[in-house]
Amino acid sequence: MTAVVGAPERSSILDHLEAAELRARRLFRLKVAATWLALIGVVLFGLWITENIDFAFIGEWGPFIIGGAGLTILISVVSITFATILALAGAIGRLSGNPYFNGLASLYVSLARGTPLVVQILFVYLALPQVGIILNAVHAGIIALSFNYGAYMTEIFRAGIQAVARGQREAAQALGMREQLVMRRIVLPQAIRIVIPAIGNEFIAMIKDSSLVSILAVEELLFRARLVGQQHFRSLEALIIAAVIYWILTIVFSRFQERLERRMARGDR
Amino acid sequence: MTDPGHVVVRTIAIEKYFGHHHVLKGIDLEVRQGEAVMMIGRSGSGKTTYLRCINFLEEPTIGSVEIDGLRVDADPFHARSRAHVEQIRQIRIRSGMLFQEFNLFPHMTALGNCIEAPMRVLGIPRNEAVSRAEHYLQVVGLVDKRDQYPARLSGGQKQRTAIARALCMEPKVLLFDEPTSALDPELIGEVLTVMENLAHSGTTMIVVTHEMHFAREAADRVVFLDDGMILEEGPPQQVLNDPHDERTRLFLKRFLSI
Repeated sequence: MTAVVGAPERSSILDHLEAAELRARRLFRLKVAATWLALIGVVLFGLWITENIDFAFIGEWGPFIIGGAGLTILISVVSITFATILALAGAIGRLSGNPYFNGLASLYVSLARGTPLVVQILFVYLALPQVGIILNAVHAGIIALSFNYGAYMTEIFRAGIQAVARGQREAAQALGMREQLVMRRIVLPQAIRIVIPAIGNEFIAMIKDSSLVSILAVEELLFRARLVGQQHFRSLEALIIAAVIYWILTIVFSRFQERLERRMARGDR
Repeated sequence: MTDPGHVVVRTIAIEKYFGHHHVLKGIDLEVRQGEAVMMIGRSGSGKTTYLRCINFLEEPTIGSVEIDGLRVDADPFHARSRAHVEQIRQIRIRSGMLFQEFNLFPHMTALGNCIEAPMRVLGIPRNEAVSRAEHYLQVVGLVDKRDQYPARLSGGQKQRTAIARALCMEPKVLLFDEPTSALDPELIGEVLTVMENLAHSGTTMIVVTHEMHFAREAADRVVFLDDGMILEEGPPQQVLNDPHDERTRLFLKRFLSI
């Protein structure tokens, strides 16, 4: 019976413990955030005190540079969409028993992953016109990014398809479904759920890699930063602005992706 | 229903090699309309492989399978011609299979699982497929779970849903591959009850099982498989109570004593 007498006391101690743990965790996070701010502040303050950074320039040209973010996002979204479609076809080809499809898909993956993205971008824009295919810079950039990312994502999709339990395929076959129907109705819907987090990672990488199309004079974020920076001999400020925007974009999409992942994990229960 | 007594499933000299490993050594079996045949034997005796050979989830090395008059010969070189693939598909349409792990489609509701193949394989219109699915979900006692996803069903409910899914194709024979061995003990009964009802209501079935009591209750015939061959077959009382073969006796003694 003594345990009952002690019970309320003990539970209040446990409450205190819990609250203390929560406080400790919060304090830890607060200190981490403070460290970030301090480090960034020291650098900016150092630049300002040595008169190496011109905040007025940032105020004046910041909006123009940030205006390039729209095109950056547009290029990334369109490219990831095409890359996903390519990857789906590529993965089916890589897993195909047909040697010709298989060969086509594996050649594509090998070629696209074995050559630098910059070379691919320049090739589409500068080399293809020689065989009569003339594209504007934005289209060329999107094609090259889709081509490149499609190959990496092919491997992601392939792994996703293979991760669908073998029994799923067998159950569908046992019901008399043709190969194509099994893929479309049973395997792919499950594989896509598996690969969505990985596609999110690719999209974040794509936002950053889309800066490479600035070499084609596409007026996206990085191009604008370089343009303004070089014109006014203020590349430091201009590139800091661009870097910060890329950084914010990736943080925002990572958050979004985390939430999506959590939502999907809930759906599995 | 066709006339009782007519042969629904016939396998002729089924042999299966995995590499050089001789798993099935020539299995002849005839299953008649309405018959419930239970296959028993040690693990590794080839029961499951044999069952999977019947609907070609495992391609037999030698032999042929006949279901409801459609005969398909083994294709040992796996040439897999278009015609052969289509014949296999026809065999699969005529047979329904139940798996140890249920293999329900997790991204579809119980009803979705049941109407998918009737609609897309048999080409039945949706409303007809739905009423058919409701009927068979009723048969397995799960019509109230029609809108649940498999993740929300217990193991026993999953297997019963899988049975309804198979029945929706109105196959000539149901093939059960140890349908209760992945289930918690307290959930086995509900699945066996459904199976027993099906057996007594004239569903043709071949069941690979370790449930001897169930075999005794529901089987019309028990087949004892050992080392890839049929060692003994007959009515359950005879095979289970008074086996002719020494190895059958040994197996049953060991099994029933556990």
